[in-house]
Formats: sequence, C-alpha cells, structure tokens
Amino acid sequence: MSTINIKEGTPLKAKIPQGDLAKKWTTYKDKIRLVSPANKRKLDIIVIGTGLAGASAAASLAELGYNVKAFAFQDSPRRAHSIAAQGGINASKNYQNDGDSDWRLFYDTIKGGDYRGREANTYRLAEVSGNIIDQAVMQGVPFAREYGGLLDNRSFGGVLVSRTFYAKGQTGQQLLLGAYSALNRQIARGKVEMYNRHEMIDLVVIDGHARGIIARNLITGELERHSAHAVVIASGGYSNAYFLSTNAMGSNATAAWRAHRKGAYFANPAFVQIHPTCIPRSSEHQSKLTLMSESLRNDGRIWVPKKLEDAKALREGKLKPTDIPEEDRDYYLERRYPAFGNLVPRDVASRAAKERCDAGYGVNKTGEAVFLDFATAIERYGKEQAHLKGIKNPSKDIIRELGEKVIEEKYGNLFQMYEKITDDNPYKTPMMIYPANHYAMGGLWVDYDLQSNLPGLFVIGEANFSDHGANRLGASALMQGLADGYFILPYTIGDYLADYIREGKVPTNTPEFDEAEEKVAEEINFFINNDGKHSVDYFHKKLGKIMWDKVGLSRNAQGLQEAIKEIQELRKEFWKDVRVPGKANDYNPELEKAGYVADFLELGELLALDALNRNESCGGHFREEYQTPDGEALRDDEHYAYVAAWEYPAKPYERYTKHVNMSDAILHKEPLIFEFVKPTTRSYK
Amino acid sequence: MTFLKTSVAKKVAMAISGLFLVLFILLHLAINLTLIYPGKEAFDAAVEFMATNPFIQIMQPILALGFIFHIGMGIYLEWNNRSKRPVKYVNNNPGAASSLASRNMIWTGLFVFLFLIIHLLNYFVPFKTQDVPDHYALVTGLFKSPVYTLLYVMAFIALGMHLSHGFQSAFQSLGTPRQKCHKFLVCCGNVFAFLVAFGFSAIAIYFYFN
Amino acid sequence: MKLNLKIWRQAGPNAKGRMVNYKIDGVESDMSFLEMLDLLNENLIAKGEEPVAFDHDCREGICGMCSLYINGEAHGPDRLTTTCQLHMRKFKDGDTITIEPWRAKAFPVIKDLIVDRSALDRIQQAGGYISVNTSGRTVDANTIPIPKKNADMAFDAATCIGCGACVATCKNASAMLFVSAKVAQFALLPQGRVEAAKRVQDMVAAMDAEGFGSCTNTGACEVECPKGISLTNIAILNKEFLLAQAE
Repeated sequence: MSTINIKEGTPLKAKIPQGDLAKKWTTYKDKIRLVSPANKRKLDIIVIGTGLAGASAAASLAELGYNVKAFAFQDSPRRAHSIAAQGGINASKNYQNDGDSDWRLFYDTIKGGDYRGREANTYRLAEVSGNIIDQAVMQGVPFAREYGGLLDNRSFGGVLVSRTFYAKGQTGQQLLLGAYSALNRQIARGKVEMYNRHEMIDLVVIDGHARGIIARNLITGELERHSAHAVVIASGGYSNAYFLSTNAMGSNATAAWRAHRKGAYFANPAFVQIHPTCIPRSSEHQSKLTLMSESLRNDGRIWVPKKLEDAKALREGKLKPTDIPEEDRDYYLERRYPAFGNLVPRDVASRAAKERCDAGYGVNKTGEAVFLDFATAIERYGKEQAHLKGIKNPSKDIIRELGEKVIEEKYGNLFQMYEKITDDNPYKTPMMIYPANHYAMGGLWVDYDLQSNLPGLFVIGEANFSDHGANRLGASALMQGLADGYFILPYTIGDYLADYIREGKVPTNTPEFDEAEEKVAEEINFFINNDGKHSVDYFHKKLGKIMWDKVGLSRNAQGLQEAIKEIQELRKEFWKDVRVPGKANDYNPELEKAGYVADFLELGELLALDALNRNESCGGHFREEYQTPDGEALRDDEHYAYVAAWEYPAKPYERYTKHVNMSDAILHKEPLIFEFVKPTTRSYK
Repeated sequence: MTFLKTSVAKKVAMAISGLFLVLFILLHLAINLTLIYPGKEAFDAAVEFMATNPFIQIMQPILALGFIFHIGMGIYLEWNNRSKRPVKYVNNNPGAASSLASRNMIWTGLFVFLFLIIHLLNYFVPFKTQDVPDHYALVTGLFKSPVYTLLYVMAFIALGMHLSHGFQSAFQSLGTPRQKCHKFLVCCGNVFAFLVAFGFSAIAIYFYFN
Repeated sequence: MKLNLKIWRQAGPNAKGRMVNYKIDGVESDMSFLEMLDLLNENLIAKGEEPVAFDHDCREGICGMCSLYINGEAHGPDRLTTTCQLHMRKFKDGDTITIEPWRAKAFPVIKDLIVDRSALDRIQQAGGYISVNTSGRTVDANTIPIPKKNADMAFDAATCIGCGACVATCKNASAMLFVSAKVAQFALLPQGRVEAAKRVQDMVAAMDAEGFGSCTNTGACEVECPKGISLTNIAILNKEFLLAQAE
C-alpha cells in the first residue's frame, strides 16, 4: 500500500440519464433543450485543435449556425496528428454478418477497457458508430472496397468480429481529410474563422464559466484575446510527457493542462496506452517513435527464439531470424492466449513483449525488440492466389511472389515506411517491434454532455478522459473522436448554450482577460529572460526517462514514489536552469516547447500520483504488486471502480515563482456503476 | 475569350495549336521527302498543288495564325511562369526529376521560331512575291551553304526536342491519357520527334553532299 | 560522420536572407534528416545562437508539415520520401548539403526554412469538399457500390499530404498536382460527381488567383512527390475542366 495521504474532495456526478441502456441517448436527445437557428447566430464557440474531434465539431457546430473560431498550432488544420492513425475505424455495421451489433461493440469496448469506463458513454459511442461510416462515405472518404464494390472490413485486437473499416494504412489521414473538407466548407461560408499557427495558452474563466482563451500567434508572438459562450478543447493526448512516443513532435497537453490549472479536473492520468507494435528505438538522438499499425497483427505472427543462446546470437548479429527453425521459435502470444492469439488487446501484447525481453529473449542490439513475421501469411495468401489463378503445383517462388503482392496491397505503405526507417526489407526478413507510448485514455474529466466540471468548457476526443476505460481497443480512437465531434457535442452543447441566448457578445476587456493575458505574458518573459544552462529538450528527455522507467509499462509503489520525487526535483531545476533562446515577440519554437515541457513536468507527477493511488492493475495500468500467479492484471473492483478526477492543488499562475507540489492534488471520485454488464476478469485465453 | 482566362484553358489552347502545327509538319515532311524520292517532278507537282489548291489557300492564313498564337502564348506563359518564383534556388537540380526537353520548351521553340523567320525569308517570301522558275533548284541550292545547312539541322534537332515533350504533353493537357494510353503517347511522341528531326536533317545533309 | 551544411537563414518575412555555413559532427547514419537538424540546433543553442527554424510535426511522413529543398531537390535525393523520413545513411562523411526553403511566389518565407502554405488551404476551401451536412443521416454506406478500381484510384489521389513539394519542384511553381489530386479523388466517386463541374472550375480559379504558375507537364512533381501522386490526376483534372466548360 502506498504511504501517501491523498486529499479527497466531493464526489462527481456524471449526469447519466436513467433508463434502458440502448434507449438512454435517444431519450436524452429528445429531451434536451434546443437553440433556435436565429439564436445560434448570436452564440460564439471556440474550438481548440482541428484533429478528428476538433475539425468535425467545428464543422458541425458551424453548420448548425453557431459562430465558430477554430485554432490549430500547425500551418493547416489538415496536419493534426489524427492524420497518423493507420489501421482503421470500428463501427457496428455487421456488414460481414459475423454477429456484430451495437451491444457487442459496446461490450468489447468496456471489457477491453477493463471495466474502468462508463457504460452509458460507451454504449452511445457504439450506437453512433455506424453513422460515422455513412457520413464519411458521403464525404468521399475512399475506404477499402471489395470487388463487388462494397466496403471491406478487417479485424483488430481484442475482438472476435471484423468490424474495422480502413483505407489501407492511412485511415486516420482519410477520415481527417474528410472532416477537414467539411471544415473547409464552413470556412468558405464564413461560419468558421480559422486560426492556424495559433495556440491556446490560457483559459479565461468568468464567474465560474469558461468564456474565452488567450492565444499566442506563433508567427508574431502576439497574445490575443478571444471570447466565446463556450470553449471546446480537442487538443489530443499527453503521451509526449514520455518524450519518446508515437505522437507528433508538436503534440502537447498545454491547452488541457492550462484549463486544469483554471479549475477543470484531470481524470485517470495514469491510464496511458503503450502500443505493442512500434519500430524499436535505435539511437540516443531519436526524436520520436514510429508506430506500425495494429492491423499488421492480423497477418503477422509475433515471436522470439525459444533458446536464450539464439537470442544472444541474434543480438550480436551472428544469426539471422530466418536461420532459426520453426521448432525453436516461441510464438508467445499464441502460446499464452490461444483464443485471441496475436490479436490480444494492446496492453496484454505490450506486457507480454516486455516480459520476454526482460527475460533475455530480445532480438535486436538493445535487447528491446521482438519479431513480427509475415512469412506464414505470405505463404497462405500466395497459395490462395495461385489457386484462384488456377496455377497447378505452384513453385515456392511463385507462391512467395503472389503472397507478397497481397501483403503489399494491404500494408504497402507501412512496409515501405518500415524499410525507410530501418533499412530492412520486411517482405524478406521479419519486422522488429517493441512497445511505445501511443495514446492517453486519461484526460480532462467530462460528464455525459462532454462538459467538464467548469461549465462552458467542453472536452472531446483524446483530450477528455474518454470512453475507453483503462485501455483503448484498436481502431476506437478515430471512432470516438468523430462520434464526439459530429454526433454528440453538437447536441449536448446546445443544452448549455440555451441559457445564454440573451447574453450578447462576451467582452474581452474584463479583469479576467486582463489578468490572464498579463500572467501568461509574465511566464513567457520569465522563460526568455531566464539565464539558464540547459535547453528545453534536456529537461524533456530527463522527464521522459523517469516516466518510461518508473511510470511505464509496469509500475510499483516504490518506483512511483521515486518518480514523484525525481520529477519534483527536475521541475525545480527546470524553473531555475532552463534556457530559451530568441525573443517573445517572434516565431520561437523553443519558447513553445518550454511551455509544453513546463506543463508535462506537472502532468508527469500527477500521472505518477494517480498510478500510486490506484492499488490495482487494470488495462494499461499495471502494478507489479497486483497480478495473478500467471502474470495477468488483477483488478480491485471493490475499492477502485471509480474515475479518479484530480483538482489542481495551487493557484493558476504560481508555478514559476513558487514550487507547486502536485502531490497535494485533490481527488474527486466518480463511482462507476455497472448496471448492464457484470465486471469479470478479462480473459483472452 | 473568357475561356482563356484560366491557366488550364491556356494549356488546352497551347495543346490544340501545337497539335495543329504537328499536322502541318507532317505534311511538310512528306513534301520534302519527295525531293529525294521520287524526285524533282514529284516535288514540283507538290509545290504546284500547294500553290493552287483552294483548301490549302484557306488553310495558309489559319496556319499563320496558329503559329503566331502558339508562339505568342508560349512566350506569355513562360514570362508569366517565371514571375511565379521571384527568388530562385541557390542550388537547384531539376535534372533529377524532369527531362531537358520539357524544361526548355521556350528555348527550343524560340530557336525554331528564329529559323522559321530565316526560312520564310529564304523560301516563302520569294515563293509568294517572285516568279520562281525552279523550286527544286531553289530548295536544294540553299543546302549548298554549310552555314544554312548547319542552322537547318540544328533547328530540326531543336524541333525534335520540342516535339518529344510537346506531343505527349498536348494529349495530357487535353485530358486524354490514362496510365497505359499515356505511355503509348509518350512513345508515339518520341518516334514522331525522331522522324521529324532525322527526316528533315537527312534531306538537308543529303543535298549538301550531293 | 561530419557534414558541411549550407542553410538559408532569414530573420523574418521582410528580412533579407542568405546562405550560412555550418559544420556538424557526430551525425549517425540511423538519424533522420530532421534529427540531424535537431542536433545542429542543440549545438547552436549551447553556443547562444538562434536555432534554425524549420517546419515539422509527425515525423512519420504523413502530416505534410516538413518541407526543405535539399541539395537541389524537394525532400532531398530519396524518392517517395518526406524530409522527416530521409535518413542520413543516404549521405557520406564530409558531404556538403544545401538546405533551402520551398521557393514560390505563393509560398512566402516566414522565417529561415519555414514558408506560408496557406494558399493550399484556400484552394481547398474553394471547392475541395462534397457539400453534405455532417448529420450522419445520409444513406447507409453500402447503398452506393463503387467499383474497386475507382475506389483504389480515388484513394491513391487522396493520399496527397499537402506538403507543397510539387510546387517547390515545378519550374513554374504550379500547384496542379495538388489541385488535381483532390479534383480527381472526387471526380472518380459517384458522391463527388454531383458537384464535379463547379468544383474543378472553382478550384482552378482559386489556384490561379493564389499566384501559382501554370502546368507545362514536365512531370517533375510526380517524381518528387513523397506520396507518388500520379500525373494521371492532372489529365483527369484537364478532362474534367473541359467537360465543365461544355456544360
């Protein structure tokens, strides 16, 4: 048990409607208040971020008639990191007639999340999933199709049906471009004002309601005031707290964290997803990790050698993977989880890889890699194609050639990317993969309306604490981002805004705006004038190492306590010794990064604290003290079936003058009530 | 003319005028070949036909317009396109991605234009204004000058280069080629360009030495 | 390995820029090109100089944020590769590498190697969409069967990442490959046919208004495009444009 004292605040209520699970959303929608078209024109909404959630929300809200201002830190809304999602998007269409349904998608998602998500939200997600596909197809998103002209599906981890729609390995890109096109249509109509190369650096709260933001124009460095009747944060997750992750270089938690500083609770930060199939790191200078889509596990088989001496020879380059005979290979996922095999959920696959590598079976120089092998699939597809083409007794070479073509059709761009990065040809030799940080299930706390505890502040997509519980299933992030943006927020936000139709434009010359602008300017000037010794990256890398080593794939109380102390020390050092070159009123990427890292240094500690508080293992959160004899996660439903929402422990703007102890954060619990499913031990055996 | 306002329409106009000129070149090459085979009589007959056939008489001013349009528009487009990159690259390696011919259409075109003026002065003006007793002798006589022959050969090499890009480019601008078709047209363009460059030059060189 | 870098430095949009020489040591062959620039910037910060500003984000070749004209080619010498996926193993110890921003009238330099590509967004806003509401209450996705060949071609066109390499590499600074990719994607799908004529006219007009040059079919864009967007798309645009005039 942990020795820390956690201060507890009032429990939270999620405003979940009563009634039958399948009817909750429909009944609720029928009853919430609407805003008339004439009044929508009088209401302003700010949307932060233009990924799947942000772009779809901005487009939908503008289409309804609200005045929308959208903000992106990149030079175009099309570049948000949703674009990098590869594998696909789930929807309960049951086009394959394999027994899929809304219930089954709901059930898989809540079970995959290890029963740490909300039933009502998750069901709603499943319920609207089909509409996303209809919508995207009408927008011209070129999903993969079968020869009959209908949509194709594939299978993803943690499920027993094929419900994943995809566009080769670029599904995120295609869906984002669809949302971006809807957004463009509204920009052209003048209903969305787009602010590229801008970032939100503070939330303005007036009388307890979110009423605007302070944004920084990244080109000129100018601070701008923007007011609105509601603020929507869709700025993605915080995986970059780990320095190395599959997120983009610019992905940051600043918008969410600054809102947290102003009173919004941060929920379940310890729930981060470590994705099993990433390209292993190669050098100290590595700036980021690259994901290889989970869809590869449909056809790839994961293995390490059975014999320690083979693994050693592989590491030393004395043996090639193809030299190891079939009987000396350990397909450990197929061995441990015969029912799901290589398609177990991400958390399970990641831990299993780490377990093998820790036991000395790692296969690359660093000892942190396992094989993902396509030889079996190439042979299987090759034979199938030869049969289809009527080739009798095909030679091995022909089978190989035909099979490689099928694999190329399915995963061509991923294989090409792998070869570019590693200089290895994955058609001929197995890929090497290793887990890496990928997604944050945690985020700002929201109720059923997707509204945070701060009225007027809505949080969607990865930025909220989400519908994925303690572990997200593959191809569900795209589903959630678009469901929130297209189909959920546009309804629920109206219920809040209905009270403000008479308010008129929110002024920006109020003391609240004055204070916010003044304080963030002070912090910026502090960075520029601080005569420190080390670059921002120096601190970010140090934080990343602490996070990965002690708050990563598996955690224990001692390590977490050490991590908290080390992060506190590092934060003190940061505020003393960080060096930011350049000017405040200029394009200055180092200054932007300084802000991000200052926030990560606080978030990292809260993440460790949340992990320390949660004395159980569930989903992506694995505490070594809590496992079954065969190494599976051991949940504690009696004590921890709740959402942990944390309140910022200090005044908003103290941190660069005074040490803020994140361990003083106040815990607000939202109990998770399971009315319709009974939490069981997840088993993929 | 509102149609011609857009960049794509201008390309289409370049393509159509270019293909029209291609037809003329084909005809011209056919007539020139008669200089060698069957020989003088056939050539004279062809000249006679060109001088008197009413259809040809109608086509002559249209052809002239075609030339003027193609050249004028080509110069305008080049001038306009150059203004789209006011600061040049310090280190540029365009050869890595495109052919010499495709990048130098303006120069091969202008060189052919220059030759065209000389050609008109040397042949077409006397043809129209004076009573030329022997066309065969006029034409073949010009090839006795090494300077003229060299200029002539160079002009047709330039025209060959121009066509090697221009032929397939015209079809691309008209929106015809799809994957396979495009390769075929590129091939046709190259063959045609070679025939023009080789055909005209060979005739000039033949008469220079004979 | 050791390298000599010649990099375009320009303090702001209206400042005068110039090439500046830098020497860098300790570059590893497994590094990406941008990680090499990270290393240079770390060195510059340590020396108290201002780091080189360049655009980048996902570093996995999909966001289209990175640019750079490297040794006279957009995204450098490797084919089908963005700058972030260009690895230093393509270079040798002692090489001199020139690094310049995209050059086009429509892409003004913001700082150092960063240019303003918002013109591409404005072209998309002119018509790069299908005008359906986001209600989701359309028809079931499988109501419209689409021949696999068309779906695949539309997908190939849709993989454009909007990086602007086609403009940077074109001798005329033309954006035709970029515009045609979007026009072709929608023209190939039944959903997109409804507005096909208006779309191609509006997008071409926007492209011209932004100050891009005209296409002379040199094909350089296709060669330098990191996603291999085909010239066929330009032919499709031309055809669509002519059909639209006929309507």
